[in-house]
Amino acid sequence: MENSKDHPRRDFIKLTVAAACGSAICSCKTNNESTLTAADEETMQLLAPDGSLVEVLKSQITPLPDSELVTGMQARHGIPGKKFVMVIDLARCKNARACVSACQKMHYQPEDKEWLQVKLMKDSENTAPYWFPKTCFHCDNPPCVKVCPVDATFKREDGLVLIDNERCIGCKFCMAACPYSTRVFNWEEPDQSEEISMCHSSPETSVPSKVGTVDKCDFCPDMARRGELPDCVTACPNGVFYFGDANEDTVSNGTDTVRFKKLLEDRGAYRYLEELGTEPRVYYLPPTDRMFPYERGLDGLSDEKKALYDDIL
Amino acid sequence: MEISSFDKLLQKFKYPLSKVSRSWLMLFGAMLLLVFFGLIALVQQIIHGHIVTGMRDHVVWGLFIINFIFFLGIGYSGAILGSVFHLTRIRWSKPLHHFTELFAVTGLIVGPIFIFLCIGRLDRIFYIFQYARIQSPITWDVIAIMTNLIFIATYLYIAHIRDFAKLRDSKVLDIPNWKRKFIKALSLGYSGKPEQIKILNQSQNILAVTILFTAILADSLLAWLFGMSLRPGWHSTLFAPEFILVALYSGVAMLILMMWIYRQQYSLNEVVTDQHFYVMGFALLILCFGFAYFTLSEYITEWYNVSETHGRWIEKFLDFHEYGLMSLLTIAFGILIPIVVLVVPKFRTPGSITVVAILVLIGLYLKRYLIIVPTLETPFVPIQDLRPEYVHYHATWVEWALTGAGFGLFVLIIMILNLFAPAIPVADLEHDDEIIVPKPFYETLK
Repeated sequence: MENSKDHPRRDFIKLTVAAACGSAICSCKTNNESTLTAADEETMQLLAPDGSLVEVLKSQITPLPDSELVTGMQARHGIPGKKFVMVIDLARCKNARACVSACQKMHYQPEDKEWLQVKLMKDSENTAPYWFPKTCFHCDNPPCVKVCPVDATFKREDGLVLIDNERCIGCKFCMAACPYSTRVFNWEEPDQSEEISMCHSSPETSVPSKVGTVDKCDFCPDMARRGELPDCVTACPNGVFYFGDANEDTVSNGTDTVRFKKLLEDRGAYRYLEELGTEPRVYYLPPTDRMFPYERGLDGLSDEKKALYDDIL
Repeated sequence: MEISSFDKLLQKFKYPLSKVSRSWLMLFGAMLLLVFFGLIALVQQIIHGHIVTGMRDHVVWGLFIINFIFFLGIGYSGAILGSVFHLTRIRWSKPLHHFTELFAVTGLIVGPIFIFLCIGRLDRIFYIFQYARIQSPITWDVIAIMTNLIFIATYLYIAHIRDFAKLRDSKVLDIPNWKRKFIKALSLGYSGKPEQIKILNQSQNILAVTILFTAILADSLLAWLFGMSLRPGWHSTLFAPEFILVALYSGVAMLILMMWIYRQQYSLNEVVTDQHFYVMGFALLILCFGFAYFTLSEYITEWYNVSETHGRWIEKFLDFHEYGLMSLLTIAFGILIPIVVLVVPKFRTPGSITVVAILVLIGLYLKRYLIIVPTLETPFVPIQDLRPEYVHYHATWVEWALTGAGFGLFVLIIMILNLFAPAIPVADLEHDDEIIVPKPFYETLK
């Protein structure tokens, strides 16, 4: 199911790269064979994604559907009027891990890099175990942002906490400060195709990853700009994730769109480790009236993986 | 002609002041080799990324930060001891002044190097100034380290001016010409005029007071780097005073170690006397009790009533599959052995006090390990990772090689500084060409 509708970011990146390469070729032509262009065709000067100025034949230009690149200032400021929130329904999660792989695919991450993790939790001896998907909580009082020495990770007006990996110096203080172990580090050169690593990097896409810098779940603001849901939300077969805008009081899991406040009220929502005072923007619905027993999440796991949960159960 | 005791003292510094001895060259070469080996490791780290270290997504800081705290602790404590010695006018402490200044400056040079090693993008290091955010404790630390290093380096220099003048005027030492010229320039034409004495004393007083405050504040900032995070084991109001005490404890141990090395190397028995060892041993004992008190206070409050994550954290110190052995060694080296050796008069000799000082330094290095690693291995959210290196931190050869290089560099810098001035404040001990070493107050104790 890898068509352009499912992966607009992939296609968008491919298109821009193609455009950049195309324009680069054109500019070579104009430089070397200026006589050709001098024939009646008009040329146009364009800014390539890498920042260089190129000259293209006007007749060669075809507009791309998603060619609106967000400027650095816009990426730091956020989407005006929005306050993004997520609600995660623990009663529906069976560790299908479709969210994890969708996220990895979307951000060109290898299998062992999980921006979104699913943990097995058991709060005490007599309480029942449950699967616990964990994104970045995009805290309103983010400990990671406080400690960043160079303003590489920042809080936006729409509530998101993002990383500018062109600014990050890799001190890892944000990773030590985050109480939720959300952030991952690029310990070596990221295993991404050349096509991807050449892309224009933006805090909104978190692509490409850069060696020696920090990555994390970004709530996919580039998709939000297009009015789409993050990939983890749409990928989940059970509708665990609700994403939306608190200002509109609406969240959606792709199939159901509901009132945000009402959902929190009806299901007795809570925030993970509320007592730390980080003010997360992610809410959890307790695992009551579950759709699946927790054991369903162990189906198909290797013995090695099952052994990981021995301490918990 | 009878040679004065002052000249005799100066002559003891013939090596390396007038020329370097073979043993000096061999030690220098060995230390250079250590640094060179570290450079090879550094090249590996730059080529392959931080994957060559044992650090991973949970334990994001390892040996590098431990070394950073260790050397900064040495540096700040040297600064505090030096200014306290100077300001309180403890007369018997005079022969020890340059030791404290030497390891203060060197510690503050070597410590920050480990921060650079820990940074993923060294090529962007100037962003720390270009995009500095004053909210970040890292920015506080950058400011604190830089100001302290400038203050202490200046203090080291000012405290040596009188010695440079003595060396310049001395005829007993055959100092090479280039060095004599350099020393002459460094002495700033000091000749002991009342006006010069006044200026020198005043600047030393002002600097000593400033350093006392800034060094204490800077070491507290270092503690707050951790104390201000939310993690169990770090989020503690006790951290700043504990860091100061642990730093002072390691500083006094460092001082004793230096006293012993220099006394052996330069046969300074009349200047660095047994009494000095007993007094500093006594200081070590007091700090040892302080360390025991802080350790007890830190663990017992967490253990008596404990939250879930704190419980997982504190259990690691009791579990011999985790950090039980290391905790035990820290307590043995940092508390038990020092108390036994320093309290029982029969065990108290300069040699045994030095051995205790070395054990204390090892114990306090382990203490820093216990501050950093177990906490990072105990996040709020359970780890549940198949990759063992993501669950447990094990330092790799790259980190050990760079740690060795740090210690090598520490020795190298002190050796290079020794080329230009004796490590004993000869000018301050001289009275009419004779050496007078003031006696500590409790010489009757032994």
